[in-house]
Amino acid sequence: MISEKTITDFIYEEAELLDTMQWQAWLDLFHPEGRYWMPLEWQQQDPVLQPSLMYEDLLLLKVRVERLAGERTFSQKPKSRCHHLLQSPRIVACDPAAGVFKARTSYIYTETRGDNLERYSGWASHDLVRVGDALKIKLKRVDLVNFDAPFGNIQLFM
Amino acid sequence: MNKYGGNAGAIAALVREAEVHRDVYVDPEIFELEMEHLFPNSWIYVGHASQLAKPGDFITANIGRQPVMASRHTDGSIHVFYNRCPHKGVKIASEPCGNTGKFFRCPYHAWSFKTDGSLLAIPLKKGYEGTGFGDTQANEGLSKVRNVVIYRDFIFARLSDSGVSFEDYFGESLSTIDNMVDRSPEGKLAVQATPIRYMHTCNWKMLVENQTDTCHPMVAHESSAGTAVKVWKREQGDATETPMAVQLYGPFMSPYEFYEQSGIRIWPNGHGHTGVANSIHSNYQDIPGYLDQMVAAYGEQRAHEILGEVRHNTVYFPNIMVKGAVQILRNFIPVAVDKTLVESWVYRLVGAPDKLYERALMYNRFINAPTSIVGHDDLEMYERAQEGLKSNGNQWVNLRRLYDGHEEQDVTAVINGTSERQMRNQFHAWAKFMTMDMDKRIEAAE
Ligand code: FES
Ligand SMILES: [Fe+2]
Repeated sequence: MISEKTITDFIYEEAELLDTMQWQAWLDLFHPEGRYWMPLEWQQQDPVLQPSLMYEDLLLLKVRVERLAGERTFSQKPKSRCHHLLQSPRIVACDPAAGVFKARTSYIYTETRGDNLERYSGWASHDLVRVGDALKIKLKRVDLVNFDAPFGNIQLFM
Repeated sequence: MNKYGGNAGAIAALVREAEVHRDVYVDPEIFELEMEHLFPNSWIYVGHASQLAKPGDFITANIGRQPVMASRHTDGSIHVFYNRCPHKGVKIASEPCGNTGKFFRCPYHAWSFKTDGSLLAIPLKKGYEGTGFGDTQANEGLSKVRNVVIYRDFIFARLSDSGVSFEDYFGESLSTIDNMVDRSPEGKLAVQATPIRYMHTCNWKMLVENQTDTCHPMVAHESSAGTAVKVWKREQGDATETPMAVQLYGPFMSPYEFYEQSGIRIWPNGHGHTGVANSIHSNYQDIPGYLDQMVAAYGEQRAHEILGEVRHNTVYFPNIMVKGAVQILRNFIPVAVDKTLVESWVYRLVGAPDKLYERALMYNRFINAPTSIVGHDDLEMYERAQEGLKSNGNQWVNLRRLYDGHEEQDVTAVINGTSERQMRNQFHAWAKFMTMDMDKRIEAAE
């Protein structure tokens, strides 16, 4: 039975996988139709006909993960590392009968590479579905508080 | 250090026939001189008229480092001014765009200006009576940028009062903008999306040069485009259609021969483009209904002509690049000698299917975003160059590929697509627009 705690644990577990760079295990959290979305507008509604920083399906996320390990991926020499500091997720919906599980999590995200350290703040919205006994990510939406600012390279996942 | 200021000879000596001195990328004094001479002497992109649809609409921009703004006046005309109050210099507009209503009002002491920039009112105006205010520049209102040309809705401005006319400056290079606009069945583009902004810790010219650097994609982007192709081959199963994403990434991995035969065209004043015969944008899947719309609008022959022209990157010297085939303009805005803000804009083809807009937006986030893996590859190279050029071991950057020993300058020519001639062309223009007013200014000062 999926409870609010199952959702919260899932979100902490996801952050843990990213922080420990277990990319394949992270990809396994996605539903085959899952998407990772970083909007470029305030309270954006449409990922397709409005501009986004990222809107990627599993194929494209696989490309990213595989690229990170590539012999000729020069922007990963040295490698980036990341750290997620999460507030307790707020459960937006937990309805096992309808199969709707949603949460919103406020976060501070740090990405480092060599001597550089960049810090970002925002909200992660998880839209999860049940597959067998497990939850899978249907949509992970990452809204940066300053989505409209010019950033340098963001190479890992918030 | 004052090694280059007022010294046109020293600046010209930084640009050899097929080499440039590293100071053009790393010397802060050169950067200051670019802001003082190169940018004011050149025609710079300010924005698009669709961003100024209604009277009172305004946008802000930078020419070099100087803040400017453009507005739509009550009579429908477009005006460009310096974005500073004639009173004490406060920026009149602080947002990228907006609507000011019937007039601009400075937030500091409430001087107000009509939407053509002229002075409307000053509170307690009688305090200026008999002070000679009428003879000051302030009395004219917002300082106007006088040389403004709106070409097919693209707003360009030249800050210097004298210099090369718009027509002479761009010449035939405007054909890329023409082609982009013609790709709309209504002959009209619209800006509907905020640009993707990406901060680069490198000199602005590295980005401009990279636009026609056809020997880097298959090398530097093996990590991104190469991986995309590899993962797709592995995962495609019995899929019959190549996803739009893979259509966009794949061609970056084209071999040298592809780029060689697709060609480069150069124009006078530093403009030029890759992808003459064909380009990495040539083989995208047709979008249902689009060709029919184009044929209905332009007739069979003209429609095919327009869509058959699939140029890759067109550099408009000094600091924008236009991709007609995917309706993108990249603006390389200099911030400091080692800092460049890149704003990548997408134009919507008015009247065309949504799918084209979807593709343009997708291309923009795949290639031009701080989250773009192709962008990561490129920025890594620029940053390494910015660092590496501090080395004194060799002070020259080599631009000699396919240099034949006697190149004519400021000509139109089509050449092998792996040539570095467009980079040489840019640097010839660079030296020209850096120094063209230098001697004059020295004379004036003497
Ligand atoms: S600075 Fe604008 S009114 Fe004083
Ligand atoms: Fe590139």
